[in-house]
Amino acid sequence: MKFLTEYRDPDLAKRYLEGIQQSVTRPWTIMEVCGGQTHSLVKNGILNMLPKEINMVHGPGCPVCVTPLHLIDKAVYLAEEKDVILCSYGDMLRVPGSEKSLLEVKANGADIRILYSPLEAVNIAQQNPDRQVVFFAVGFETTAPANALSVVHAHRLGLKNYSILASHVLVPPAIEAVMEDEESHIQAFLAAGHVCTIMGTLEYYPLVERFKVPVVITGFEPVDLLQGILMTVKQLEKGEAKVENQYSRMVKEMGNPMAQDTIYEVFEVTDRLWRGMEVIPMSGYEVKEKYAEFDAKRKFNVNIPEAPENEECIAGEIMKGIKKPFQCPNFGTKCKPENPLGAPMVSSEGACAAYYHFSGMINQLEEQTV
Amino acid sequence: MCLAIPGKIKSIESKFDGLVRMAKVSFGGIIKEASLEMVPQAKVEDYVLVHVGVAISVVDEVEAKKTFQYLEEMGEVEEELNISDFLPDKKEYTD
Ligand code: SF4
Repeated sequence: MKFLTEYRDPDLAKRYLEGIQQSVTRPWTIMEVCGGQTHSLVKNGILNMLPKEINMVHGPGCPVCVTPLHLIDKAVYLAEEKDVILCSYGDMLRVPGSEKSLLEVKANGADIRILYSPLEAVNIAQQNPDRQVVFFAVGFETTAPANALSVVHAHRLGLKNYSILASHVLVPPAIEAVMEDEESHIQAFLAAGHVCTIMGTLEYYPLVERFKVPVVITGFEPVDLLQGILMTVKQLEKGEAKVENQYSRMVKEMGNPMAQDTIYEVFEVTDRLWRGMEVIPMSGYEVKEKYAEFDAKRKFNVNIPEAPENEECIAGEIMKGIKKPFQCPNFGTKCKPENPLGAPMVSSEGACAAYYHFSGMINQLEEQTV
Repeated sequence: MCLAIPGKIKSIESKFDGLVRMAKVSFGGIIKEASLEMVPQAKVEDYVLVHVGVAISVVDEVEAKKTFQYLEEMGEVEEELNISDFLPDKKEYTD
């Protein structure tokens, strides 16, 4: 259990918490979209500190979790059969594909490298002109500029052996999909701060207009989250629905236009399947025709059958905020981080894994929901 | 993997015939390379928010230090920079 006194600014945190307690008069359900925020809320014990009227539900904001099964199978195939150097962010390696994870393939001798940045993958391609290098480019809007930039660099260098396996998802269409679900009972959203550092805040106005829900752009530290929740509760209690920016020290209204230009240089918006959910219209990025030679999907033309999701996993309901991890019959029994049945148990930013690792901090919730 | 971490620009060099600026950025003593293409205004000594090797905004020094300290306490810096396997001795965050 974490205590307020352990926070970097306990007095401020306490003030926000008291503010929430004083403002709230009835139950509210708020979704944080970003997996980093889920992780922080659980790890810092915030879920326990909030008044019981506030029900935080955890959205689909973990790009590792929502990467479709068939893309993982494709990455596995490229590493195993095509003898490519497959580069990836570390989190992707343990995610189960339909048969294997990349970690298992690596253990069997495939050349899989964990990188901090896609720009390192371009260097690897430059150093290995006789090998094909593929970067597994997953991410939300925050990561898209870096992944796009790797393509721009490879293009400038005239590389013929670099491509990306793009798995990009976008936040605003996910909010739309969550709200359109009949079972959804979400009344407000915390939007992801770092996504907005890139994209700005304008995309959220039409959502607020259409669904009449407050959207508060929020950072990921405890004091940020508490302040964001306070701003949300105040709007809800007053019956307002506005876009507000808690994270203004990092987020400007227009975002970072240069980063946006880089994204749109390389990517175009397309429909996209989210693992555990469904195809969400205009919710992802794919490589543009102009850069087709850097698109691993076109370059290798991998045709593998689409495997079905594990039927025992209720990830879709978890990611739409309809159920909590404790309500999944497999949670902590058949499904654990060492042996995940579904994606939200894999990445530390997935809701199931966060609940599993820090379950000591949320036992109160267990009593409520089991 | 979606966190961005603030660090201080130690030096800047150009690549691709001066087209691209790359910086050495210090994250509490751990030096990593980052592209400055998205933040053309950034200069040596500035603090930038870096995500997977790309600086995405210039940030205030006080704010950068606070955020870095929080991330380090939570053990998120190592995880995010992917350096837990070859981490040098922990240093005080002085720069
Ligand atoms: S606990 Fe496991 S099986 Fe259940 S929803 Fe989470 S990932 Fe799926």
